[in-house]
Amino acid sequence: MTTSLTSAASGSGTPTAPRTPGAAPEARTRTDARADGGTRTRTAKRRKRPPHTPLNPRPSVPLTLVTGLVLVYTLLPLAWLVINATKDQNGLLDSFGLWFAEDSHFWDNIGRTLSYDDGVFVRWLLNTLLYVVAGAGGATVLAVLGGYALATYDFPGRRAVFAVVLGAVAVPGTALAVPTFLMFSNMGLTNTPWAVIIPSLISPFGLYLMWVFAAESVPTELLEAARIDGSGELRTFFTIALPLLMPGTVTVLLFSMVATWNNYFLPLIMIKDPDWYPLTLGLNAWNAQAQTAGGEAVFDLIITGSLLTIVPIVAVFLLLQRYWQSGLAAGSVKE
Amino acid sequence: MRTHITRRLLGALAVVSTLALTATACGSDASDGGGDSGPKDVAAALEKGGKVTVWAWEPTLKKVAEDFEKKYPKVDVELVNAGTGDKQYTALQNAMAAGSGAPDVAQVEYYALGQFTIGKSVEDLASYGAQKYGTTFTSGPWNAVTEDKAVYALPMDSGPMAFFYNKKVFDKHGIKVPTTWDEYVEAARALHKADPKIFITNDTGDAGATTSLIWQAGGRPYRTDGTDVTIDFGDEGTRKYTATWQKLLDEKLVAPISSWSDAWYKGLADGSLATLSIGAWMPANLTSGVASASGDWRVAPLPQWTKGDKTSAENGGSSLAVPKAAKNKELAYAFTEFATTGAGASARVTAGAFPATRADLESKAFLDTAFPYFGGQQANRIFAESARNVGEDWSYLPYQVYANSIFNDTVGKAYVSPTTLTDGLKQWQEAGVTYGNDQGFTVNK
Repeated sequence: MTTSLTSAASGSGTPTAPRTPGAAPEARTRTDARADGGTRTRTAKRRKRPPHTPLNPRPSVPLTLVTGLVLVYTLLPLAWLVINATKDQNGLLDSFGLWFAEDSHFWDNIGRTLSYDDGVFVRWLLNTLLYVVAGAGGATVLAVLGGYALATYDFPGRRAVFAVVLGAVAVPGTALAVPTFLMFSNMGLTNTPWAVIIPSLISPFGLYLMWVFAAESVPTELLEAARIDGSGELRTFFTIALPLLMPGTVTVLLFSMVATWNNYFLPLIMIKDPDWYPLTLGLNAWNAQAQTAGGEAVFDLIITGSLLTIVPIVAVFLLLQRYWQSGLAAGSVKE
Repeated sequence: MRTHITRRLLGALAVVSTLALTATACGSDASDGGGDSGPKDVAAALEKGGKVTVWAWEPTLKKVAEDFEKKYPKVDVELVNAGTGDKQYTALQNAMAAGSGAPDVAQVEYYALGQFTIGKSVEDLASYGAQKYGTTFTSGPWNAVTEDKAVYALPMDSGPMAFFYNKKVFDKHGIKVPTTWDEYVEAARALHKADPKIFITNDTGDAGATTSLIWQAGGRPYRTDGTDVTIDFGDEGTRKYTATWQKLLDEKLVAPISSWSDAWYKGLADGSLATLSIGAWMPANLTSGVASASGDWRVAPLPQWTKGDKTSAENGGSSLAVPKAAKNKELAYAFTEFATTGAGASARVTAGAFPATRADLESKAFLDTAFPYFGGQQANRIFAESARNVGEDWSYLPYQVYANSIFNDTVGKAYVSPTTLTDGLKQWQEAGVTYGNDQGFTVNK
């Protein structure tokens, strides 16, 4: 994943082809198009026409169909969510799932979701924001600082750090959750926001990405020039390196934001107090309510709540995607 | 995954129980010095005030917590929904194992209480004077929370079983309300024949429902005496149950829908699931979850295994227990007592809970309540009658939570493969025996 992303970022000048399909959709489609065109154009026809460049790929009906199918497949759950957020509990049980019920309760649902149980949803939303700002924001800052340092400074033990980081990327967070719980429990930090924020600060993948990105996009010559001109290390970092690292930073920020926003397992074992729940746990608690004697089934609120939950993350993606694209293209015109 | 966690936790439970034994030793020292006036300590604790953390998911407790704080302004009740059912028990075991973060009061279902009493990880409330409530509660729930002289929890609600049926569907197809399980099978056939979309009920294998029906049929598969445990799914009651239920499975007369799923709620709303044999707490769920079917449903006594009988069983229901790890046990007991007896219990009944207290069950206001959802029927009369006729001497395993978690791996096969219920129950029994012996119980020896 990383390899292809960075090679895509460093541009088509790199001779090695991506080994795995890229993480970014753009990269993937383009690679596929190239591969597809490559196999099919090995016929005699190929020579009669000017070759299609990667930026001007040959239009392909099957490929468009497949892409369309994937698009429908991806958007269908979203459409379901939007449609069903307009129904109340009765409408959910009575009407067809993929079409609207007779009357729309959309605004009413939103109002009830936000006010149900003394507005606990708003509290969960603020908690999630706190975890994302402190956790994902902190993780990005640490990844940028660490990645830059590892890429530009040579110091003893760098290879060891490299090995540790690579190893850490391979260990899934889920496997670390229980040991982390016992550790935090000993420190008396469970059931506090720290139990979610502190583990979120560690992002080996983000560090690795920033490291590779910094190595590619911050030329050593530039740093040397800055040093000769008398700029201190901090100033060099903030005024020269940081703007160059921006696209990579945004990518890491996006990754860690999505991971923290959707984080379920860590808060699940760390937090018992509903006042500190993030949205994921809160919605699940509402869902469990339907499964208990005397509990109130609030499927309508869960669906509306889920819709409200994904809106911010969709917005973040839409707003930041141009940075991401520019990050992918950044290296392509270099040298 | 889940099995592993449970295993690990039960391992931890062993550690906890060792710790608890030490704690008990300390406790008896203290009481030697301080005298045995438990109730007085409670009054003093209420005077002094403090914070009580309550882990519960029962919705009516919210009001009780507010009332309690109003009555004792110095006490701060923090009501925490730490999960529902086995999720909460896992969290509770975790907190006990970790040695911190355990609540002062915890909601524990009757079937799960054994897991906590066997490790002595919940307080014996008899030392606070809980014995005096022996006649306050109905016998089923009281038996479930007591063992010899010890009172491990106070009953919060109960679930005497009743038969809920969709009268609209029954009337439309001219079906009579069954009074025996044989008539029930007949009704199932007739309904499904009249409209293939209609099923008499849903069942994909539910340990709670199965054990409750075996209980009603007179089966007593579990016997526990200290750490000596007997599991026997070969008795006559169990055979009655499997004979009838096997017919329903063989003829595909029960819908393959899991209880509590959204499909289940949908089936209850649109009439494709025509009946439920379930605890008396169900009206609250129907009223809020299936509001659109209001007026369609009625309540009847549970069908009988022998014509003319009136036997019933409990299905679900929970208690409030005070963990040994609680920080403020006197206050914890005070809240438990307040929420389960007297005005607190009555307030919860008014809010929709089904009582475990005799006084509430026999009160005229309760019995005369007309349920608009059931077309004005005085359904509580049927529930109260059922509560009086719950079969006696039932007990669950001390590790029922684990046993129920493997129900679908064993008995569940009968629902999806040619395995019979009898064979499935046998496998469940064997798995339970092996597990129990591994955990240090003496099972079937």
